[in-house]
Amino acid sequence: MDFAGRPAGPIATFTPQHTPGHVLCCLCGVSISPNPSNMCVNCIRSQVDITEGLQKQVSILWCKECGRYLQPPKHWVRADLESKELLTFCIKRLKGLQKVKLVDAGFIWTEPHSRRLKVKLTIQAEVMNGAILQQTFVVEYVVEPHMCMDCTRANTNSNVWTACVQVRQHTGHKRTFFYLEQLILKYDVDQQCISIKDMYEGVDFFFSNRAHALKFIDFVQNHVPIRYRHDKQLVSHNEHASTYNYKYTFSTEIVPICRDDLVCLPPKAAAALGGFGPLALCTRVSNTLTLTDTQTLRSVQVDANTYWRYPYRPVMTSRQLVEFVVLDAEPVSASQNASRNSRFVLADVLVAKASDFGRNDRTFFVRTHLGHLLHPGDSALGYDMSTANTVDPELDAAVAKGLVIPDIILVRKSYEEKRRRRKARGEQRPWKLKRMAIELEEEPGTSGRGRDARNAPRHEQDLERFMQELEEDPEMRAKMALYRDPAYDPVAEAERRAAAMTDDEEGDVPEVPLEELLDDLAGLQLEEDEQPGAQQHAGNMQHPGTQY
Amino acid sequence: MATRLQFENNNEVGVFANLTSAYALVALGGSENFYSVFEAELSEHIPVVKTSIAGTRLTGRITVGNKNGLLLPNTTTDQELMHLRNSLPDEVVVQRIDERLNSLGNCIACNDYVALVHPDIDKETEELVADVLGVEVFRQSIAGNTLVGSYCVFTNQGGLVAPNVSVEDLDELSSLLQVPLVAGTVNRGSDVVGAGMVANDWAAFCGWDTTATELSVIESVFKLRDSKPSNIVNEMRASLIDTLA
Repeated sequence: MDFAGRPAGPIATFTPQHTPGHVLCCLCGVSISPNPSNMCVNCIRSQVDITEGLQKQVSILWCKECGRYLQPPKHWVRADLESKELLTFCIKRLKGLQKVKLVDAGFIWTEPHSRRLKVKLTIQAEVMNGAILQQTFVVEYVVEPHMCMDCTRANTNSNVWTACVQVRQHTGHKRTFFYLEQLILKYDVDQQCISIKDMYEGVDFFFSNRAHALKFIDFVQNHVPIRYRHDKQLVSHNEHASTYNYKYTFSTEIVPICRDDLVCLPPKAAAALGGFGPLALCTRVSNTLTLTDTQTLRSVQVDANTYWRYPYRPVMTSRQLVEFVVLDAEPVSASQNASRNSRFVLADVLVAKASDFGRNDRTFFVRTHLGHLLHPGDSALGYDMSTANTVDPELDAAVAKGLVIPDIILVRKSYEEKRRRRKARGEQRPWKLKRMAIELEEEPGTSGRGRDARNAPRHEQDLERFMQELEEDPEMRAKMALYRDPAYDPVAEAERRAAAMTDDEEGDVPEVPLEELLDDLAGLQLEEDEQPGAQQHAGNMQHPGTQY
Repeated sequence: MATRLQFENNNEVGVFANLTSAYALVALGGSENFYSVFEAELSEHIPVVKTSIAGTRLTGRITVGNKNGLLLPNTTTDQELMHLRNSLPDEVVVQRIDERLNSLGNCIACNDYVALVHPDIDKETEELVADVLGVEVFRQSIAGNTLVGSYCVFTNQGGLVAPNVSVEDLDELSSLLQVPLVAGTVNRGSDVVGAGMVANDWAAFCGWDTTATELSVIESVFKLRDSKPSNIVNEMRASLIDTLA
């Protein structure tokens, strides 16, 4: 060592050098650096198997129907092949893994139909006085088909329901149910439904789960005013486990007042609404009723609770509407109009019954809320109270107290005549609605389906009226999904219309703008397949089922 | 030749036996098996003595000796001391010593010329070791282990050291002892070589688990391949003639 050449600085401490020595592996004689077992890795591997206590083949139960795996004791988990969830499940099913340290795990690809899953696991364990050994091995999972309880139940009796929601509305038509149907379709609320049955004055919805039914009622409650009660019937019970199996029935009643219905409020209800009415027209139904006094334009919102506190029936319904022709219309002074409802304009109109034309010259001077719509020459629908035969105790009581009933109450503008003419020319709607699969009510003993046969034209009428309502009311339209009719040809329709315009002055019939319509996915696919270009591509495709 | 054997199903033969070039001490066992192996190998040349030390069978671990002498812990009974004095050759000095670290076999390792002792051992003991055994004494530790008797075993021919000794330590020990040393194991990878085997200049005994590889390392470093007691005499004679010539 040459200390002379060192610069004078801090004295360095001497640290002895340690070169690790080598020993021979005690089994094979290979030179290795010493370790706690003094064996080379290969010899340790040959001596000890850290995977000894672990299963190499595990069988797991899998339900063929729903594709779920059984997590004992009775939980079924859904997992895709080669997914993280399935790997977790597989590792959980392996016994004895607690004694070693799991370092890595992954799937080895197996043919999906082989009913085998292979998982490659890398584990570490302490062996022979402190040496840590890492080992990789493959566990084979045998997937055994075993139907889960839910599927068994579903297969043995496919339409077993535990909850039934009976939606009823005691009215003469089913327009409210068309409205509900569209809402249900738009929001996919019927996904949990087992079956839907059309009943007298309503529809029954069946669910496999009570929670689904409650969710459904919640949905209905948000869109129409209802009241409901629930009942349960004991199906079976286990007194040892004290478990009970019930069938639940939710009897849901929709308020029997529809749009365009004329109501007479009972005195208490009128008083609760601040002396409103009592004669009022229902102008809108959402989760509340909107009642409008056509003579003053006052309108009130009545929610389901308020309604059911003092329930009332409609005095006149839309079936009793009569057509009138407007001879003259004049909005009343602005001071009376400005105060209230901006949706309507109060007007004095002179009308004559359409049926009176050519018979007599009787005209009526009417105050109406439709001042913004009606012009001389238009036709309007309304109730003729002077000749109406009403049976309503509330109305009688109100009249007895001094209520003066107007002769005519106009309800809405009518496009009937123009529509009729249009239909005669063969024009059709460019849109259509989706329908739910509703089973018809089965009546034992009536083979001819008397009531259904009688109801069929009425049903058509209701549907037509519902569609007209959609055309007339953009707000209502916004709540549901309208689909483009694949059979509708816009070019031909435009030509036809252009030809019609020459001899007809009409043009204000409300229609659904084409841009509001949705493309029906199913319809689109059908169209593409029919195109010759699509056929060409289809020839090149390997999987005919693939969409592109 | 190195021999494999067991003491009552136990591989740690260095615990139950003490072997030098002048005598062998063997623990009293339930059967004669252990003793008879020693007797078969050694009885022609040196006395093999069956004895307990302080009433225990840990003969190898609590005694230390070479051809010059034998040291016993202070727990040894008078009767045992008398028995040993009677059994061993007259040239061998048998001495009982007062030492706190009374597991002498673990704390002291020696051949006929050099001894390594535990660093904490008494000054008096160190002197006694030098006097009785006629050796040069070094306070040492082996790879951080102070129990030098457990982690190494060496004779006048060579020595085996625990495997985790660095190359530098091995060189230093080798130059202290003036014998070739090698790092190795006994009993299938056990690093307590002092407890796993006993050796003298021409024979070695190791545990039953010792593998062929370990055995071959032991035989080569202790030069047991074709050694017999007469070889030493021949070598000595040859060197005498060499120096006289």
